[in-house]
Amino acid sequence: MTTDTIAGSEIQLDDEGFLVDPTQWNEDIAVELARREGIEPLTDRHWQVIRFMRSEYEEKGTGPTVRVLGKTSGVPIKELYQLFPKGPAKLAAKIAGIPKPRGCI
Amino acid sequence: MHRIVVLGGGTGGTLAANRLRRALGTSEASVTVVDQDDRHVYQPGLLFVPFGLAHLDEIVRSRRRQLHRDIEYLQDPVDRVDIAERRVHLGSGQVLGYDVLVVASGAVLAPEETEGLTGTGWNEKAFTFYDPEGAVALAGALEWFAEGSLVVNVVEMPIKCPVAPLEFCFLADWFLQQQGVRDEVDLTYVTPLDGAFTKPVASRRLGGMLEERGIELVTEFNTGEVDYSGQRGRIVSYDDREVAFDLAVVIPVHNGAPYVARSPGLGDALGFVTVDDHTLQSSASPHVFALGDAAAVPTSKAGSVTHFEGEVLVENVRRFLDGRPLDASYDGHANCFIETGFSKAMLIDFNYDVEPLPGRFPGPVGLPLMKESHLNHLGKLLFQWLYWHSLLPGRDIPGVHSAMPAGGKDRGELSESEVSTS
Repeated sequence: MTTDTIAGSEIQLDDEGFLVDPTQWNEDIAVELARREGIEPLTDRHWQVIRFMRSEYEEKGTGPTVRVLGKTSGVPIKELYQLFPKGPAKLAAKIAGIPKPRGCI
Repeated sequence: MHRIVVLGGGTGGTLAANRLRRALGTSEASVTVVDQDDRHVYQPGLLFVPFGLAHLDEIVRSRRRQLHRDIEYLQDPVDRVDIAERRVHLGSGQVLGYDVLVVASGAVLAPEETEGLTGTGWNEKAFTFYDPEGAVALAGALEWFAEGSLVVNVVEMPIKCPVAPLEFCFLADWFLQQQGVRDEVDLTYVTPLDGAFTKPVASRRLGGMLEERGIELVTEFNTGEVDYSGQRGRIVSYDDREVAFDLAVVIPVHNGAPYVARSPGLGDALGFVTVDDHTLQSSASPHVFALGDAAAVPTSKAGSVTHFEGEVLVENVRRFLDGRPLDASYDGHANCFIETGFSKAMLIDFNYDVEPLPGRFPGPVGLPLMKESHLNHLGKLLFQWLYWHSLLPGRDIPGVHSAMPAGGKDRGELSESEVSTS
């Protein structure tokens, strides 16, 4: 676990760079976290996914998988990969300040 | 008289119904099982069909005949469940009222959600062994496969028995050697995960076993399309990476049974039933429970999980009917034999909190964990007999219990950060 100054706030991050405390998150932090991942600027479509991630997390306690995102966020899977390259569920969760989605085993 | 309705006559529904039938007298409760057909498939056997090591007639039996004689069996598809009215609407129009509903209708393959897994090419160049017909078709293709690229691809989690695709790779390596063509074939395992498996110790061990066998591992690959238009087929990811193949074995995405999606409140976005991780009671209605592949709990979709859940579920149905507090003891326990070829197998044992670790099961003198051994292969073979004769009738298997045993496990291989997160 590390502490980092992000957008002027002291934020605790886990080993993989996810926020330890989702309540520390704000939109400025999202912009900064996205920039660190090479995503700049955040478009309306990005924000649609980020807000959806946060509301899912608040409701269910875990972020959705890519497939669930594709079915329920209003953004198709192909576009999710354009918005958040490599792993949309993981990356969008990181930028939305929620824990890494629970892996399925 | 309580009315218990069980949806699904597979592993979970059968063992739950039989256990409930024995736990409750016929004057106390009626038990009805509903399924759309009378084919109970021993699903672990499907892995062996493509290699000619098992045949469908050995692994498919009547659903009805696995049930206690005082259980009513209705062969009828389920149209929907009305949670508020506590009624199940069947395809024939029949309506069943219930005091307790047990959802055990498993997971269904959804190849249609991936472009290329239906129509031309499917079951010609790309196959799955996750259903009986696909496994037989694949056996026909493998028998003649002598050169080129054999690609095994998991489209997306969750899938039933997440180790089975790896087992398929190990058995394919063995099979191609027996056929004398291993040197002419490139074997590749393509997975959406960031390693061979999900948890660190098992992922390292299984990744090493792929490497030893010369099986290439492609990770973080999210299949968007399977394309057959060229001379060779291609699996294409959403971020435009490609893996070419001459023969592909694809595990399609899985959903819950379609009626779950038609029953408001019952399931999640994929049609799996949302239940408490420890009591298995539905979050939508106290009268509804779920187990097995149908349940949205964060552990593997596997027969062992279903077996262990069954013990807790039956206890909780009894407590619910008696108006007593539920037993929140299901710990996510899973236990899987991983067939590794050449008559050997490896055993893994884990739960929600403890990842698969080396050691012995169930105690210090038991079967070796996370290590290939002939003994484990015999264990896997013996299990098929136990499945029909102990597990489905709902008898206890000596030494194997719902809660995960910790005694034989060795935590030495965990790094410090893994200990804190596992």
